Amino acid sequence: MGSIFNAQQIVNGLQLGSIYALIALGYTMVYGIVRLINFAHGDFFMVGAYAAYGAFFLFNAFLGGSGLPMAAVTLIVAMAAGSVVAALTNRFAYKPLRNKPKLSSLITAIGVSMLIEYLFSALPFIGASFRAFPVLIEQKLYKIGTATISNYVVIDLLVAATLMIGLTFLVRKTALGRAMRAVSQDKDAAKLMGIDVERVIGWTFLIGGAFAGAAGLLAGMTYPRIFPYMGILPGLKAFIAAVLGGIGNIPGAMLGAYIMGLAETFASAFNSLLGEGIAFAILILVLLVRPRGLLGEKSADKI
Amino acid sequence: MSALLSIRNMTHYFGGLKAVSEFSYDIPPGVIYGLIGPNGSGKTTTFNLITGIYRPTQGQVFLEDRDITAQKPYLIVRAGIGRTFQNLRIFGGMSVLDNIRAAKQYRAKSWMLSSVLRLPGFMNEEKRIRDESMALLDVLHLADRAGDLARNLPYGALRRLEIARALATEPKLLLLDEPAAGMNPKEVQDLMKLVQRVRDEFKVTVFLIEHHMKVIMGICEYVKVLDFGTTIAEGKPDDVGRDAKVLEAYLGKKGAAC
Repeated sequence: MGSIFNAQQIVNGLQLGSIYALIALGYTMVYGIVRLINFAHGDFFMVGAYAAYGAFFLFNAFLGGSGLPMAAVTLIVAMAAGSVVAALTNRFAYKPLRNKPKLSSLITAIGVSMLIEYLFSALPFIGASFRAFPVLIEQKLYKIGTATISNYVVIDLLVAATLMIGLTFLVRKTALGRAMRAVSQDKDAAKLMGIDVERVIGWTFLIGGAFAGAAGLLAGMTYPRIFPYMGILPGLKAFIAAVLGGIGNIPGAMLGAYIMGLAETFASAFNSLLGEGIAFAILILVLLVRPRGLLGEKSADKI
Repeated sequence: MSALLSIRNMTHYFGGLKAVSEFSYDIPPGVIYGLIGPNGSGKTTTFNLITGIYRPTQGQVFLEDRDITAQKPYLIVRAGIGRTFQNLRIFGGMSVLDNIRAAKQYRAKSWMLSSVLRLPGFMNEEKRIRDESMALLDVLHLADRAGDLARNLPYGALRRLEIARALATEPKLLLLDEPAAGMNPKEVQDLMKLVQRVRDEFKVTVFLIEHHMKVIMGICEYVKVLDFGTTIAEGKPDDVGRDAKVLEAYLGKKGAAC
């Protein structure tokens, strides 16, 4: 028994942080663009996990095979499913309330979240019980120094890094990214520059949903147990990560998520119950000490 | 000569308050048209009605004989009306160049997929948007600040950036909401020259709200005076400047032209 701050814990923390980061990005992007805390976002993550689960069995039954190509296909399915659910939620739940008081959307978000959870529990072919997530790829373990690294760690980190680099490029270098930044800074001015704000919002939900879907697959693979309420806690923790980094700020969400992943892993190594609670301690601390978050900008009107 | 912009019987209420009343006018293409009036006389409201921010209680707006009344703001921009704001509404956290590009890009064809795949079409289009944006910044003497964060610009430059950004939407009609607000006399002089140059170089019609009588008298070819939502005088600047009602409602209280 060495210190709890050993290499193994750091690896585990980064792995967990990668999953939180993918969820937190959706929270923060949606907040940046529409100023809405989308509490249904954790459920997009759950939908992604179930979509991957379903896709695996379908492809396995009809085409057979497993391994990397299969994992890639299920990743695409999970991302698409997350996108579709996010886009539908935006279109039918949030869009009609766009010019209504913010509180209406917030309460609707909670309602949508429960709707998705209970709907999945009620569906006969999904059900409320736990399911074991299938093995998409054989797990391999490599010993490096004192730490054991599995290929899942590599996959989680790689997928998250690739998606985050892609998003950064999109936001910084493309027309859609510029439109997103413009809308997040001044929605009305953006409209008067010819930007179709609803379209930008739609894309934001699609991208955020896809990222949550990807996280769902990674989480299913890494912690192989899925159930309809699996999105609640990771969703909350990712939201806290986004707040920690400065909600609305994309690099902030990534930073916050990795801090959260590491903090949770270290705390769990110390005491497993502490691990579950540390996120909320961080939330209280951030709100007391630095409410705008690590990289957030000063602002007068956050919810 | 048919008008570029026609407003027919426009009336707008905020609750019980009549902000604009029975407003009608035609703006011919190519002019610099001024709208003046004391505070609260409905000038900015008129702009908000034209650009679709407010839906008029009554009346219609036509751009080149096309009815654009209460259309979505971004569609009105695309139809050819660009505007600036009385209080600066620059995207402060973006670079000067990105402010322009954000306003320009809706004309771009490739939007999303190709941009992710870095297709040649996207590259060319990005280059075209960039070059055009830089050219625009050059005209407004902002090219050397292209890479700076917009919020770090001095006030006068921000005012020019607003005009540049509105021009980036390639408007036929440019609405300027108090472009000289908060400027010193030297800056006001430069602005007047700039507005005339913009009109000539970009072939736009300018519709201008201003408090500064000097600006209105100096560059407008036609002036309309509002008070409490109704027109009290209109015509050539010199004639309006001598109108008794105008002097009373506006100039009288303020003394001579400032």
